[in-house]
Amino acid sequence: MNQSQSEKWMTHGEAGLAVFFSAAAFLCMIAAAKALDAAFAFHASLGAAASLAAAFVIFNRYIDRPAAWPPQEIDGRPNYNFGPIKFAAAISVFWGIAGFAVGLLIASQLAWPALNFDLPWTSFGRLRPLHTSAVIFAFGGNVLIATSFYVVQKTCRVRLAGDLAPWFVVLGYNFFILIAGTGYLLGVTQSKEYAEPEWYADLWLTIVWVTYLLVFLMTLVKRKEPHIFVANWFYLAFIITIAVLHLGNNPALPVSVWGSKSYIAWGGVQDAMFQWWYGHNAVGFFLTAGFLAIMYYFIPKRAERPVYSYRLSIIHFWAIIFLYIWAGPHHLHYTALPDWAQTLGMTFSIMLWMPSWGGMINGLMTLSGAWDKLRTDPVLRMLVVSVAFYGMATFEGPLMSIKVVNSLSHYTDWTIGHVHSGALGWVGFVSFGALYCLIPWLWNRKGLYSLKLVNWHFWTATIGIVLYISAMWVSGILQGLMWRAYTSLGFLEYSFIETVEAMHPFYIIRAAGGALFLIGALIMAYNLWMTVRVGEAESTALRSPVALQPAE
Amino acid sequence: MKAILAVQNFTSDLVTTFWTPIFVGIFLAIVAYALWPRNRAAFDEASKMPLRED
Repeated sequence: MNQSQSEKWMTHGEAGLAVFFSAAAFLCMIAAAKALDAAFAFHASLGAAASLAAAFVIFNRYIDRPAAWPPQEIDGRPNYNFGPIKFAAAISVFWGIAGFAVGLLIASQLAWPALNFDLPWTSFGRLRPLHTSAVIFAFGGNVLIATSFYVVQKTCRVRLAGDLAPWFVVLGYNFFILIAGTGYLLGVTQSKEYAEPEWYADLWLTIVWVTYLLVFLMTLVKRKEPHIFVANWFYLAFIITIAVLHLGNNPALPVSVWGSKSYIAWGGVQDAMFQWWYGHNAVGFFLTAGFLAIMYYFIPKRAERPVYSYRLSIIHFWAIIFLYIWAGPHHLHYTALPDWAQTLGMTFSIMLWMPSWGGMINGLMTLSGAWDKLRTDPVLRMLVVSVAFYGMATFEGPLMSIKVVNSLSHYTDWTIGHVHSGALGWVGFVSFGALYCLIPWLWNRKGLYSLKLVNWHFWTATIGIVLYISAMWVSGILQGLMWRAYTSLGFLEYSFIETVEAMHPFYIIRAAGGALFLIGALIMAYNLWMTVRVGEAESTALRSPVALQPAE
Repeated sequence: MKAILAVQNFTSDLVTTFWTPIFVGIFLAIVAYALWPRNRAAFDEASKMPLRED
């Protein structure tokens, strides 16, 4: 038995993936040669290069690795797999800064149009999806993958399932981001908001996402803890629902398999309904359920307090699952969508207020008995303020979904302000808080390089958010009121350009807010970099008595 | 085959007609499970899961 173990063999996964990537490289080269448009040729070449690199790395890793599988446990403690998590956490910081920087650029373009540079690649229309995808899918997505792989291992007390699969998920996902992002710059888009990538990127994401689901599920299956912690329920809902949404919204027929352009199967108002069923639930399950999972693990951990009410967390979870999926039609008020469907979307959006606030209360009250830590620990403050922003954004959302309110707010900057109070305040801050916890844990550091810098990040970004959202509220409501103003003779009072002129000062304030938010993120990147580079290592001697406790 | 179709129609009719009470029923069952006094100890234990060190 021992002898056979010392004999080194490629695993089925290694051999299978090596063959898969070799074949993919060959196929991509043919596609690059036969490509009908330049962008498709570029993407096929990227695919060929990445596939070759992947096949090479798999062989290289095989040659370097020991014959035996990595042990599941070392000295009775789970041998956690942190490699892919480290990669996802580190690259999330990079994507975050890139995404915020592009956001600042397009905000400045709205204030000073000359910044479009009269080039197709730098025009607002191409950079806007680059910004949204970079912050939501590249930054947020990598934070979710990193934290989900960390939390599922820790709360199941078991090593992540799979050997190459977790790496395939992390690297494959980031390759999807690369294809999507470069595609936007080159003008490749299927023109569906938050689902802009074309058919071949969508197919690739499907493969990656199903692998993600399998890795997560198989880790849950082999867990050592009998109970599945609530954060894992939220992560699982996020992964499954995103898979369903992605498949539902993207069934497209390419014009040619050698070109980037495709046509969607759905037509007219059905397409619009599918799009916003997808779009709103991307908010509900990517930007909410996934980050609520972060809240349920990282806030108790950082505050060193148990979850305030575990019963509430169960009700909160199922209420969100039952309600969120119906809220999408509120994006299509006063359109060709049937009235009953609009009212249905509005009603479910209003009902969503309750589970949202249930979750917020649960997150905030977890601090009971530890409120003093808000004064001393800026990381915890960041996490808690994120939950407060979550409460604010989820109060504003149902309000805006009411048809009469929506008749004023829709298509105005109010929507942009609402989205950013959720995105910057909730998703951004909870991600920063999680990264501030995660990086020292992953690299085995005693703590962060500087808490003072976290404080600077917190205040710079908070002031940035306040500037951003208050500017957009004023600008949006101003814009909406100007659009609907009539003269005594029944003519529209303002021309379109007059509304643009009126909004100009607020565009500058918004860009200033975005700049502060970006500066905050740069401070974080420096702090995290220094934590890894010069941070004091956590002594393992200190940890072992704690680990021995159960046996005492 | 006819029997299978009849069953299918019956279930699909049931779900499409009664999905609101069915979903409300499932949700109420979940709420009861969450609030059931006997589950209290297990949930209190679960709320401390992030704090356990290995």
